[in-house]
Amino acid sequence: MKQQLTWAQLDEKANTIRKDIIKMLEAAGSGHSAGPLGLADIFAALYFDIMNYDPKNPEWEGRDYFFLSNGHTVPVQYAAMAEAGFFDKDELLTLRKLGSRLQGHPERTKLPGLENTSGPLGSGLSQASGVAYALQYLDKQPHRFVYTVMGDGELNEGNIWEAAMFAGKYKLSQLIGFIDRNNIQIDGSTEDVMPLEDLRGKWESFGWHVQEVDGHNIESVIDAASMARAITNKPSVIIAHTIPGKGVDFMEYDYKWHGAPPNHEQAKEALAKLRTLDGKIEAGE
Amino acid sequence: MTHYQLRDDIFSDDVAQEPTRAGFGRGLKKAGEQHDNVVALCADLTESTQMHLFREEFPERFIEIGVAEQNLVTVASGLARAGKIPFTSSYAAFSPGRNWEQIRTTATLNEQPVKIVGSHAGVSVGPDGATHQMLEDIALMRVLPHMVVVVPGDSVEAEKATQAIAANGKPSYLRLAREKTPIFSTNESPFELGKAYVLREGQDVTLLGTGTMTYQLLKAAKQLAEFGVFAEVVHVPTIKPLDEDTILSSVRKTGRAVTAEEAQVAAGFGGAVAELLGEKLPTPLRRIGMYDRFGESGAPNELLDHFGLTGEKMAPVIQEFINTTPQYHKGF
Repeated sequence: MKQQLTWAQLDEKANTIRKDIIKMLEAAGSGHSAGPLGLADIFAALYFDIMNYDPKNPEWEGRDYFFLSNGHTVPVQYAAMAEAGFFDKDELLTLRKLGSRLQGHPERTKLPGLENTSGPLGSGLSQASGVAYALQYLDKQPHRFVYTVMGDGELNEGNIWEAAMFAGKYKLSQLIGFIDRNNIQIDGSTEDVMPLEDLRGKWESFGWHVQEVDGHNIESVIDAASMARAITNKPSVIIAHTIPGKGVDFMEYDYKWHGAPPNHEQAKEALAKLRTLDGKIEAGE
Repeated sequence: MTHYQLRDDIFSDDVAQEPTRAGFGRGLKKAGEQHDNVVALCADLTESTQMHLFREEFPERFIEIGVAEQNLVTVASGLARAGKIPFTSSYAAFSPGRNWEQIRTTATLNEQPVKIVGSHAGVSVGPDGATHQMLEDIALMRVLPHMVVVVPGDSVEAEKATQAIAANGKPSYLRLAREKTPIFSTNESPFELGKAYVLREGQDVTLLGTGTMTYQLLKAAKQLAEFGVFAEVVHVPTIKPLDEDTILSSVRKTGRAVTAEEAQVAAGFGGAVAELLGEKLPTPLRRIGMYDRFGESGAPNELLDHFGLTGEKMAPVIQEFINTTPQYHKGF
């Protein structure tokens, strides 16, 4: 059932996800722009190459699990899920509106296909660890994997490091974490707010297999996930270096876009750039 | 009304005693036998919380988390997503004391059947002092949508309650005590989640007890009877959902209510009853418990006496309440 897409097709998926994020956020009138745009390539890789799932049967027992830990970036997940066929694209425009299944932060009980409820930071890695523990030790299903995406600002949370110790102790090798290393959080640069470096060293010392990739190079992301699945004695973390707001030049690198949506004019400009690939994204060959 | 069989030695000097946590330990082992998907997680307090009985029987289903209460409940939430029934245990001061937000988001809003077992609740923890004497846990848990809150009256009931929450499919909080307390129920006594039980009938006042305070109310009622005051004693092991019918029907008859708990009365069990009566049957109410203060070090029985949480100390308080308060809504 897994689609085999070319690199060019995967880049197009990422571009479609970005356009949908802009449309959703403009319609919602609130929400986070920078994080979701920066994660679009990773979500294209996850939903259109890396993960096994069935959008028509979200509870399929052979599926891989995905836990979004930094719930505020959920527009990118909704956009990827709609593109993957979990629900109709029209529903994207209900984001954050009364009665919508697309809550401002993801709620499992509202939308089939979500594995968890998150928003308050720091708990997704633990929940992913719980599933990974069950798959490895209780249900003994080595062919299934648990993926999670964390923000870098989120790594300030103690809960993350409790989970890092836990997964390291139990060598949860079916657990694969992505860190969206975009170097911004609400109050500014991560290294000013609360320094994270030596980030690789931290995870290695907790017993994790660590890789670093260009989070906008879909091929690299897919290769790293493949390597992570091949590591059988440790949990894996992939530090994905990304540009916040990627693809919309006036949003890139600017932490003010962390928690803001584009207005109509800004959305129009952003969509024009993405449509013509006038932004920083290059389509594959 | 369901007939409630009390043990016949409850007022003797050598009444059988056991901590409620011991009943939990046995109940969890039974729940493990009844359900293949029950798993147990502990934050470095496996024997204190009596999870070792489960660990000995099902070592492959026991997960040591270490001193990390946030991780304790969030890993449990993940296990629940994978189809397990996770029981988590620590001291109540730490879980749900420290990890409330994780419980709120990943267990209750996320509607996963994570079981929070908080042992060593109340001032009767004793010499460890106020840091370890959890008094706010009932309030913290009962405000959460979807959460079930159970405070068993004795170890026999704790064993039944543990098996009941294993099967209820909902996030649930089980509050336990460290010290031995008298056993008043029997294996045959009824226990159902969401039910309150009339243990003793009377018409002058309804005494509503939760947890081990129910036994103290039984003692107070016996003492009051010697002075011609006939109190009805209702045991309320499930604080959420509250058995409104049983409580209201007793209070309609007696016209006065007293609550007793080893916890903050504000937003606690007394708070729950005050909300119920305030909305549905405004009735004079006296709440016995902790009033906006922390505990302190001391011997367990000394502390219960100091804070007025024994039958001997409760009886005159109830007597004065009756003397100074008319019965409202009698025969309503």
